[in-house]
Amino acid sequence: MSAELGQISLILALVLAALLSVLPLVGAQRGNEALMKLAPSLAIGQFVFLAGAFAALAVAFLRHDFTVSYVAMHSNLLLPWYYRLSAVWGSHEGSLLLWMLLLGGWMLAVAAFSRSVPRPFTARVLSVMGMISVGFLLFILFTSNPFERILPGPIDGRDLNPLLQDVGMIFHPPLLYMGYVGFAVAFAFAIAGLIGGKVERNWVRWSRPWTLAAWSFLTFGIALGSWWAYYELGWGGWWFWDPVENASFIPWLIGTALIHSQAVTEKRGAFPAWTVLLSIAAFSMSLLGTFLVRSGVLTSVHAFANDPERGLFILVFMGIVTGGALTLYALRAPRIMTGEGFDWVSRESALLLNNVFFTVSAAMVLLGTLYPLIIDFMGWGQISVGPPYFGAMFILLMTPVVLLVPLGPLTRWKRDGFMRVVRPLATAAIVSIVAALLVCAWLESWSLRAVTGWIGGFWLIGGAATFGLRTARASRSGLARHQWGMVLAHAGAGVFLIGAAMVEAHTFERDVRIAPGETVEAAGYRFTLHEVVEVKGPNWRADEARFSIHRGDREITRMAPQKRHYHRGGQTMTQVALKPGVFRDLYVAMGEELGESGAWSIRVHIKPFVRWIWGGAVLIGLGGLIAASDRRYRGKRKARESAPAAAEATA
Amino acid sequence: MIRMLIPLGVFLALVALLVASLQTGDERKVVQSPLVGKPVPQFSLPGLHDPDTITSRADLLGEPFILNVWGSWCWACRVEHPFVERLGREAPIDLIGFNWKDEREDALEWIGRFGDAWDRHVVDFKGKVAIDLGVYGAPETFLVDHEGIIRHKHVGPIDATVFADLMQRIMELEAQAQ
Repeated sequence: MSAELGQISLILALVLAALLSVLPLVGAQRGNEALMKLAPSLAIGQFVFLAGAFAALAVAFLRHDFTVSYVAMHSNLLLPWYYRLSAVWGSHEGSLLLWMLLLGGWMLAVAAFSRSVPRPFTARVLSVMGMISVGFLLFILFTSNPFERILPGPIDGRDLNPLLQDVGMIFHPPLLYMGYVGFAVAFAFAIAGLIGGKVERNWVRWSRPWTLAAWSFLTFGIALGSWWAYYELGWGGWWFWDPVENASFIPWLIGTALIHSQAVTEKRGAFPAWTVLLSIAAFSMSLLGTFLVRSGVLTSVHAFANDPERGLFILVFMGIVTGGALTLYALRAPRIMTGEGFDWVSRESALLLNNVFFTVSAAMVLLGTLYPLIIDFMGWGQISVGPPYFGAMFILLMTPVVLLVPLGPLTRWKRDGFMRVVRPLATAAIVSIVAALLVCAWLESWSLRAVTGWIGGFWLIGGAATFGLRTARASRSGLARHQWGMVLAHAGAGVFLIGAAMVEAHTFERDVRIAPGETVEAAGYRFTLHEVVEVKGPNWRADEARFSIHRGDREITRMAPQKRHYHRGGQTMTQVALKPGVFRDLYVAMGEELGESGAWSIRVHIKPFVRWIWGGAVLIGLGGLIAASDRRYRGKRKARESAPAAAEATA
Repeated sequence: MIRMLIPLGVFLALVALLVASLQTGDERKVVQSPLVGKPVPQFSLPGLHDPDTITSRADLLGEPFILNVWGSWCWACRVEHPFVERLGREAPIDLIGFNWKDEREDALEWIGRFGDAWDRHVVDFKGKVAIDLGVYGAPETFLVDHEGIIRHKHVGPIDATVFADLMQRIMELEAQAQ
């Protein structure tokens, strides 16, 4: 029964979305208050029905309703309840439903928190988002209905892909989609700004907190995905340049450029057209990512049920959304080209450089991802596209960014002197080089990657600290939230850089043969295997090796890697044992049993500073959220007149 | 105004590329190689477990076989592995692993963790033979008949549908050979 309720809810949500995409927009164009006032109510109604549909699917999973074919394909009687719940978004149909639920949630939030924004503008924003809703709901209902029945239903279902039976996978998709879908808000604000009768310069200010929040969620989502790949898939790898990873990384790079160009446009009115373009691009790249993952044009691990028909639908949808937006841009943008001039040495120039590097990086990743398609399209035949070549290009493009990041915030708007900017950073530069050399001496690591990583990392952290201290000293009220956010995010980039450099430079890996009672030594740690026992889980059984790890005379920890055999589907999975630490991760994975002797081959990894990679990413994301929560974005309408002056003073 | 149209133009070019790719998506997976119907190119490659044993084209002729291109760095290979294992168990012909652009240590580790599904391995660490074979990206699976002619090629991971299709083709090959 719940499946039918879900289906009906989806259809009702579609009806409301269709009304939302038309009525408030008409109201805004004609100045009809009544029609504009419908927007929040319609957004609330839509969200209620989307939540109903989502709940209906969740209930079908929890109750083992195998007559719903999506449930039968991705769940079974042995699956524990939390994985049954996360199985709702474990595959194509349900993940789209999650996507829609989150879009509905963003719309609800826009409706609720936009009291300071003029009503016609909010009405337009919600209408544009309503149009996006309509597209996705049609997509779900016509090509990817999660509520389809199979009668009679099977007695038991198949299994959720064991790779996805993991806590990281419970949270990774929702966070990632929060980011993807959140860019729809930035997109809608930009479009609403273009549609608007009179040129609205404030749209950028209204759009900023939403863009920052979306970008932060995307940061968390990508970091979580990387962490999951590290312990579930990789043998210690944390980024693979897989097409699907790239699909999430391209919007992130564009989003990074966008949050910086928004700052310029809001504060100085410079590059307004460019900011509009980036807002369109960020969401379009999210759509493109969806297309690449689900249409089957590229081969990837996230093998969603590939279906050219679905691919075509997304492509047509993307054509309408992005094509329409860019046409509107071409028609309207000339009117908003009202930038103010600036000098070579100025905050504007610094942020322009930021935008150039991040946009070029995004283009580079996009090109690399689509390379096989381009080659095929041009008829250049087959070429070997092996393991990725992105790394070198990326380091090349990001090195100048690392060098320049600390300079940006210390530069004044419009015009500044080069020496005035560089002088306060001299201390940071010297300290970062000396500290890096000291750390490397202490760690006895003199590889080029490690040394440059530490210098770059300390430079970013030191630069952020310099800005924070100087600003705090200069103003009585201390740092504003958006400044705190920036300091945190830039320092987070430094932490990330150190982690990445250390992992790439100094990972220790060894394969050994070990029998119960034996001890192996690796980089100062002693791994003793006590026994290998058989253990049972809800839907698997496993061989579990029990280790104790000593350093010197002290026992640090015990570790128990497993080799799991899943009952349904017959897959074998290696469950690695991890001992995370701030300065290193210990990592033990089981290989094969070697003969009858009871000996096993095992792999031991010691990964220095690997946590700093995700720690840095979390700092970056937190920085974004803190900046998004700044009061200046939530100012009452009246207060805004005086706000730019105040912002000028603190900036 | 013209300048404002540049983004739209770039986007339309991208859409054109994607539309074209969508139509050829299945081809890329199924036929794709102009080598289908042609003989397997000459090669002689070392083994994986046994670097000193050299396998060449001539050693494989006489019986039909499956050539499965994989690498430890390739995620999708991991996705298709259960079906590769089933091929190893259920297909009545040899399953040759073609380890591509890999490191010996990584490949052995991978096999250690996920199981050795193949009857025999050849390794092409430099990827030179793969170019002759027209390998597009791992994983790929070739079906070669007893005369050394490539009869079929699948690009991308093997799933239940592809597995059934491969098994049927193998049965037909076997029937023809007799």
